[in-house]
Amino acid sequence: MARFKKEGSKELPAISTSSMPDIIFLMLCFFMMTTSTREVTLKVRIKPPEATEVQKLEKKALVSYIYLGPPILNKLGNESRIQLNDSFQTLAAIPEFILAEREARDEADRQQLTTSLKVDKEVKMGIVTDVKQELRKVGAFKINYSTPKKAVKRND
Amino acid sequence: MARKIPEINAGSMADIAFLLLIFWLVTTTMDTDTGILRRLPPPPVDNVKPPDVKVRNVFNVLVNKSDRLFVDGKVGDIKTLRNQTKEFLSNVGNLETLPEKKIENIPGLGPYPISKGIISLKNDRGTSYDMYIQVQNELTAAINELRNELSKQKFGKKFEDLSSKTEIDAIQKAVPMSISEAEPENIGGK
Repeated sequence: MARFKKEGSKELPAISTSSMPDIIFLMLCFFMMTTSTREVTLKVRIKPPEATEVQKLEKKALVSYIYLGPPILNKLGNESRIQLNDSFQTLAAIPEFILAEREARDEADRQQLTTSLKVDKEVKMGIVTDVKQELRKVGAFKINYSTPKKAVKRND
Repeated sequence: MARKIPEINAGSMADIAFLLLIFWLVTTTMDTDTGILRRLPPPPVDNVKPPDVKVRNVFNVLVNKSDRLFVDGKVGDIKTLRNQTKEFLSNVGNLETLPEKKIENIPGLGPYPISKGIISLKNDRGTSYDMYIQVQNELTAAINELRNELSKQKFGKKFEDLSSKTEIDAIQKAVPMSISEAEPENIGGK
């Protein structure tokens, strides 16, 4: 009379997790694609000074970098040098560099191009001023003195 | 007779992939660049004279090649520079010696006395970049503090927490970032 159900027939089948690694690998690949890695190898030593009133640079694609500092290789002396992209350059190369950077951006974004100066603490202002004068001549007015944020407690 | 090869257990595969993912996340630094933003003035035109500015409206900051400060005619110190700058720009008591103010109607704020004070920063070629940034930082801090005070008073929020564009513009107009850098001159040699 009474019908007994067969044991176990109603049990849910285990969810297949075999695609899990694939999903994770996909995520991994996504992250690898989206994070931009540093493109230049530094040839100058840069230990920027710290400041409290720093702002974040908003559009990373619209920033070009100029590096100033003493060369990493000791045999190149101790005097501060300018590095643009991957090589040492002189002051005279800056306008060309800025023009090339501008050329690489969209027409609409060119006005917003910021030049970030990554300068070592020990560098004297003379060379920095020279770089700034070159930038002024070529019309790259937006600049940023790259400094990490100093951790200090503020009394407000 | 062909023996069945037992299936390799792939259950830990997900864990291995997760480990890789976490390793990647930890090692890549999303280096967001921070810094002090400035706008350079356009190059000077030869036949145009710079506008005359009254002495009381100028706050002179000089840094020499041994990183010493000379603020408004006296030997200065980096620690007091911020307060000196604030005092100069705000001119609470409307003193004769401190900068004039010009009352202007600012949308969102109403008439507000805008200080005509200009900070003039001059450095030597031998000044270290570190000192230069410290000075710039103190001057920026002074302006930021003034902006914060005004913003708190008018809108009840700090300047950086403001969200509406008119409010931000109003504060920026009321407390302008008026730092002017002198044309470079070779004063103390290299």
